[in-house]
Amino acid sequence: MTGKYFGQPVLRLEDKHLLTGRAKFCDDIVIPGMLHAAFLRSDYAHAIIKNIDVTEARKHPGVVAVYTAEDMGDYWKIGPLQVPPPFAIKDAQFNARPLPPIAKDKVRFSGEPIAIVIAESRYIAEDACEDIIFDAEPLPAVIDLEKAWEDTSVLVHDDLPSNMAALVKQEAGDYEAAKKQADVVVSKRFVADHVAGAAMENRGFVVNWDERTQEMTVWAGTQAPLPLRSAIAGRMGLVENQVRVITPYIGGGFGPKVMTSQADDVLLPWISMKLNRPIKWIEDRRENFLATTSERDQVHHCEMALKKDGTILGFKDVFYHNTGAYDPYGMTVPLNTQTHTVSNYRVPNFYTEIRMVFTNEMVVTPVRGAGRSEGVFVMERMMDLAAKELKMDPVEIRLKNLLKKEEFPLNTGVIGQDFVVGVLDSGDYKNNLEKCIQMVDYEKFRKEIQPKARKEGKHLGIGVVAFTEGTAVGPYEGARVTVGNNGKVSVSTGYSTQGQGHFTVFAQIVAEQLNVKVEDVRVITGDTGHFHWGAGTFASRGATIAGSAIHAAAVLVREKIFATAAKFLEVPEDQVDLCEGSACVKGHPEKFISLGDLAGKANPMRGAVEADVKPGLEATAYYAPPHGATGSGACAMIVDVDPETFKVKIERFVLVHDCGTVINPLLLEGQIQGGVSMGIGNAFYEKMVYDENGQLMTASFMDYLMPQATDMPRKMEIGHNVHPSPLNTLGLKGVGEAGALPPSPAFCQAVEDALYEYELDLTESNLNPSMLYEFRNKAIKR
Amino acid sequence: MAQLIPIKVTVNDTVYERQVEPRLLLSDFIRHELGLFGTHVGCEHGMCGACTILFDGEPVRSCLIFAVQANGHQIKTVESLGSPDHMHPLQEAFHEKHGLQCGFCTPGILMTVVPFLEEHPHPTEDEIREAIDGNICRCTGYEKIIESVQAASEKMSSGK
Repeated sequence: MTGKYFGQPVLRLEDKHLLTGRAKFCDDIVIPGMLHAAFLRSDYAHAIIKNIDVTEARKHPGVVAVYTAEDMGDYWKIGPLQVPPPFAIKDAQFNARPLPPIAKDKVRFSGEPIAIVIAESRYIAEDACEDIIFDAEPLPAVIDLEKAWEDTSVLVHDDLPSNMAALVKQEAGDYEAAKKQADVVVSKRFVADHVAGAAMENRGFVVNWDERTQEMTVWAGTQAPLPLRSAIAGRMGLVENQVRVITPYIGGGFGPKVMTSQADDVLLPWISMKLNRPIKWIEDRRENFLATTSERDQVHHCEMALKKDGTILGFKDVFYHNTGAYDPYGMTVPLNTQTHTVSNYRVPNFYTEIRMVFTNEMVVTPVRGAGRSEGVFVMERMMDLAAKELKMDPVEIRLKNLLKKEEFPLNTGVIGQDFVVGVLDSGDYKNNLEKCIQMVDYEKFRKEIQPKARKEGKHLGIGVVAFTEGTAVGPYEGARVTVGNNGKVSVSTGYSTQGQGHFTVFAQIVAEQLNVKVEDVRVITGDTGHFHWGAGTFASRGATIAGSAIHAAAVLVREKIFATAAKFLEVPEDQVDLCEGSACVKGHPEKFISLGDLAGKANPMRGAVEADVKPGLEATAYYAPPHGATGSGACAMIVDVDPETFKVKIERFVLVHDCGTVINPLLLEGQIQGGVSMGIGNAFYEKMVYDENGQLMTASFMDYLMPQATDMPRKMEIGHNVHPSPLNTLGLKGVGEAGALPPSPAFCQAVEDALYEYELDLTESNLNPSMLYEFRNKAIKR
Repeated sequence: MAQLIPIKVTVNDTVYERQVEPRLLLSDFIRHELGLFGTHVGCEHGMCGACTILFDGEPVRSCLIFAVQANGHQIKTVESLGSPDHMHPLQEAFHEKHGLQCGFCTPGILMTVVPFLEEHPHPTEDEIREAIDGNICRCTGYEKIIESVQAASEKMSSGK
């Protein structure tokens, strides 16, 4: 489905302002009289607050105000939950402990805010934080997930009988019965390591309460402007149209910026109203590491039952998921994990159990991958384990078990993060893998390249994995498309953007329908003053959900153009055509009316207007899917491992992907490449490490290693399959997180294959040279 | 009130005279005193490279320098390269090759690459990787940045 604009590698409309330093980000906002905020955060991971003495801080020259929980009176409230509990799942247990805006009585993670200073400059605000005396009685920190689950553990929340945040079981068929029929049963414990979102721009929040207009304007680097607007209005006792949330340019999202009801957005609106002054808060990198949100961190106990020929009979997975000190984002992450263990192979019988635990660590919410990475990691590792046990080729066992395209749509029997039973809508999973092994030339590698390398003493290994990406979940998004009097088109959506290229792909969708130039479509994202319905940027849903709504609105505007133009051109509607930027008579391009003039005609200032005719060339539309659309893919990686230093070089990286219809192939590649770099980072560089006292040992880019240009493979070889989703008119599926999913398991498989002299058993999603050395030392020499 | 030091700094060919606290970071000076917001702050500990500027022609991290240290020196920021209507060939190449996504790290990368291309008008891919290795990009996976720099070198050496 390629058109004049749709499906074309259109260059981005947003680039020029970004490239020339003219784009406005949150910290670029300046309001006369603006004050600056800084948070004092707890160094203790777990402690009882004895006293917070802010006397000296309040006296500090340039300080305007200092607040602790005590100063907030009735305004201090816990929560709410941003994502509701998964009670759509039978017998689900969930203990809601959403975030307090600022700690009261007890701190539960290192970095939790305990006081806020408002001053004339950020420098002064930070100085004054040092004048605050924080007196607390430290408690032992709860860090180990499996120990935290035990009844004997120290409690993170004293009012609960245990550290259980949730217990959710989902099953299909009868795993235990299947196990009895099995020729072979393999089992293993896996760790999916903790990683950061680490957008290059930290979070930020600017608020201005205007007492005279009784309106509050907020600029925030948020992925969820409408939930944020509603949350602020609700807390402040304002009606929604008194709060306008504007998302300026945002320097990357990757998940953590979806959070609302955090210290900044709860406290700053209240303080701005109290002081009647604008206030800015810009998070620094250390705060981002310590106290925004992060993800992964699971321990899995997996078991798989198979027939001799490699056919999967059943799968069992009991896993511990760290939610951190609170669980404001419900169970999105572990439900995604649960979904993605059983979403690409035929698993007739399964039992999966989520044990979500509270710990004294920062809150866990989605980071690109959002639970899918962990599900893909453990399932792919189990396939490798089964292949080894059955002496099968890892590709062969996968091809044997991958779902066939004739099986779609397939009801998975697992309720996902959107609280509906998962349905795999379309795709050809086997072909993804076949295409992938063709691209990497698997046969040649096995028969020629690898044996030759081994003879030369080189350690080359290959990993081949498959994955699905559940994307484009509900509930809905919406958009308004308007033709302006100058003939240019404006599009407003509640969806917010963080660099994905929405200004361009949304414009392409509209340009295609209205036959206007892409650069004549101006897209506004995430400004609640322009469009005030929507859920937010998460789950790879922008192009599909917001894009489908924009498409629907553009189609309505197109219809209105035809109807209105027919009147003015005095021809039947079926004789109207769209020339570029105008409506014309079919076959008579000289008889036309420009879209700008037509927009004026559609909005007459005098005279009678027919009943039921809405003014302007404008339409609003919404799109709500019955369930998510599922992308799929396969990935192959060839690595060269130095058996002395354990330095790993990625020689080749191949990824085949299917996200349905492609709107812009250039931007699609960018999305995949970015996801892959995060996946490679997760596989070999990035890891958040907490010590036994709950201190984050990796709270800077010196300790938390981000993948750099020299760490990337020379070329990511990307292949595409296109199986349009039947769920939406354009056939779209999401892609934003796909690249991040397969690198870890592919990397493990490839490294095991490379170090062939040992029976290596890699069970962690993040490796590094010293860990590889440890694993190798534990391994039996063949 | 902290002691204020008078400084005179040339930024993008304009001379600025200001009184600043000795502890004021050059990045904050450029952004909040001069209002040149194209220079971005990503980590404030010299690791990410987003705040890279040219200091007497050399790429440096403006978050690791105090404004007072810039007294008497020449600074260039991303605003010196081109405007949306008249972009620098390097900026054009980033646009054409999709060398940016969120664009937050981009000004720092551009300011790293400008002097690099002056010294290496025909760089190899490996040289480009090395050159931008100190600039973290979370969005692109670097591949298209490298293609952009290659394309820019071709544009610039052909005089376009």
